[in-house]
Amino acid sequence: MPHIPVVVVGAGHCGLAMSRHLAARAIDHVVLERGEVANSWRAERWDSLRLLTPNWLSRLPGQAYRGDDPDGYMTVAEVVDYLAAYAADAPVRTNTTVRTVRQAGAGFLVETDDGSWTADAVVVASGACNAPSLPAVAAELPADVPSLTAWGYRNPSQVPEGGVLVVGAAASGIQIADELQRAGRDVTIAVGEHVRVPRRYRGADILWWMEHAGVLGESWTEMDDLVRARSIPSMQLSGGGETLDLNALTARGARLAGRLQAIRGRRLLFSGSLRNVCALADLKLARLLDTLDAWALETGLEAPPPERFPRTAVPDEPVTELDLERDGIRSVLWATGYKAELSWLEAPVLNQRGRLIHDGGVTRVPGLYLIGMPFLRRRKSTLIDGADADARDLVEHLAAHLDAVVHGEGVAAAG
Amino acid sequence: MSTAEIPVDNGVNVAALLGVREALADTPDIAQFQWRATTSWVRGTHSQSSIESFYGFGDEQRHKASYTYDADHPLAFAAEDNGATPVEFVLVALGSCLTAGVAAIAQQRKIKLNSVSATIEAEMDLHGILGADPDVRNGFSKIDVKFDIDAEADQQGLEALVAQSQKRSAVFDVLTNPTNITVQVN
Repeated sequence: MPHIPVVVVGAGHCGLAMSRHLAARAIDHVVLERGEVANSWRAERWDSLRLLTPNWLSRLPGQAYRGDDPDGYMTVAEVVDYLAAYAADAPVRTNTTVRTVRQAGAGFLVETDDGSWTADAVVVASGACNAPSLPAVAAELPADVPSLTAWGYRNPSQVPEGGVLVVGAAASGIQIADELQRAGRDVTIAVGEHVRVPRRYRGADILWWMEHAGVLGESWTEMDDLVRARSIPSMQLSGGGETLDLNALTARGARLAGRLQAIRGRRLLFSGSLRNVCALADLKLARLLDTLDAWALETGLEAPPPERFPRTAVPDEPVTELDLERDGIRSVLWATGYKAELSWLEAPVLNQRGRLIHDGGVTRVPGLYLIGMPFLRRRKSTLIDGADADARDLVEHLAAHLDAVVHGEGVAAAG
Repeated sequence: MSTAEIPVDNGVNVAALLGVREALADTPDIAQFQWRATTSWVRGTHSQSSIESFYGFGDEQRHKASYTYDADHPLAFAAEDNGATPVEFVLVALGSCLTAGVAAIAQQRKIKLNSVSATIEAEMDLHGILGADPDVRNGFSKIDVKFDIDAEADQQGLEALVAQSQKRSAVFDVLTNPTNITVQVN
């Protein structure tokens, strides 16, 4: 059985960033990819999706955007090309599906559908969004009502004419709700806690502000409540020049409802907390803008004057109940988040809720690392631009681990 | 005059609450609570409920005293008005839960409270409980809560306090979200 110091599972931007930093330290490794490079981008995203980050912010180790549209937002096809080009020199084995990873001696046994390896270290870079995450209430939807997840959604043709309930108002939900509304569906969007941001602020992309003011770079060690920081929904953004928030949706005719709490027979019951979740998002947005304004003042930045945005317009009496027939809800689109698919990982690193336990990507199994999860080491850990710094930190830890393993074996051999 | 050195004390032991949260990581079972009340009919629409024990932190617990509450309906309902109307207890529960939340969160955010009062108003259409119109629900059609808070914080800070209090309130959740209820006869 072949041995290699490091196996990286997954050739997305995180796995490729790890590979680049491993190569820089001359650490031999292989990147195993179940499909092609950037597989999730090729196979698991909707047709009209664009990156939510501007092109200039899509940096990877040793690579910056060199095209002629730094302020644009890449299409999915462009992201695939971008990552494929970046992967050209990386030791990627495509179409190799990892079946299991488990501990073997001081290292790991990696079994794939195309042979097995032993390794001193394994990096889980298989992504945070391999499968849709559905709330328990989804099981109560009558079987005759067509439903789809954001993960399986491609375009409006999959959604029946008439009324559709979009459940979830994070980045996926708000974009899909907008696309369906524009395609003539009557959209109701069920809104729980969400993160509202304008696309542009004081003349620049909001992510320019968050990057330069240090918000995206905030460390996991600075968070008072890391569990919460890691479970915050994605920002309401779309890859275009315009703000896409609840006010934009309702202006185009969408209806807001509270969080979908229960389905009783053919009645959908929504939380009465809509006003408060909108107030929380508006307040949080104001705090973010206060932070950005304070930074601008401190650094003497020349920019257009501070702006504040109208509060989220909540109906006087938001619906708390809809009847599938009476209210014409013909289908449901679950945009309730995604989860990592890690059933192949046979290591004691999951907590009681099936979540990976890690400290900034370092698991409690020596030599087993994780990258690309929400707020892994920084607020930007799930952005393409977040991979570089996280990978550099993790490779430094990993290199020290390899030194210790090699050193340990040396001592044992001498004994 | 400087009051900067005086620590904010709204009388809420936030350290203890956060300590509980930390303990939950190791022993999640202690988070399972059961709240109890017993209600006895007195006469007419008058009843008396008492609160004494609950279960939590892995053990049977008791309040330091037994609390009793009379509930009845007002004279205008041809009742004797021996106590608050049951729906008014719901308003008491909501107001006291949100107010406790405001105090606890203010403590955590180091905001000194001078006074907090809340007015809770709930709208109801009697067609519902009288069975006179099947399209009208029995319960409230809406609830409005207005807080008057005198504290060392600006308007945005106060709004954030009240918003966070709703987010963490058990009674707010009970009222805004459906709960399965089983009622049986022994």
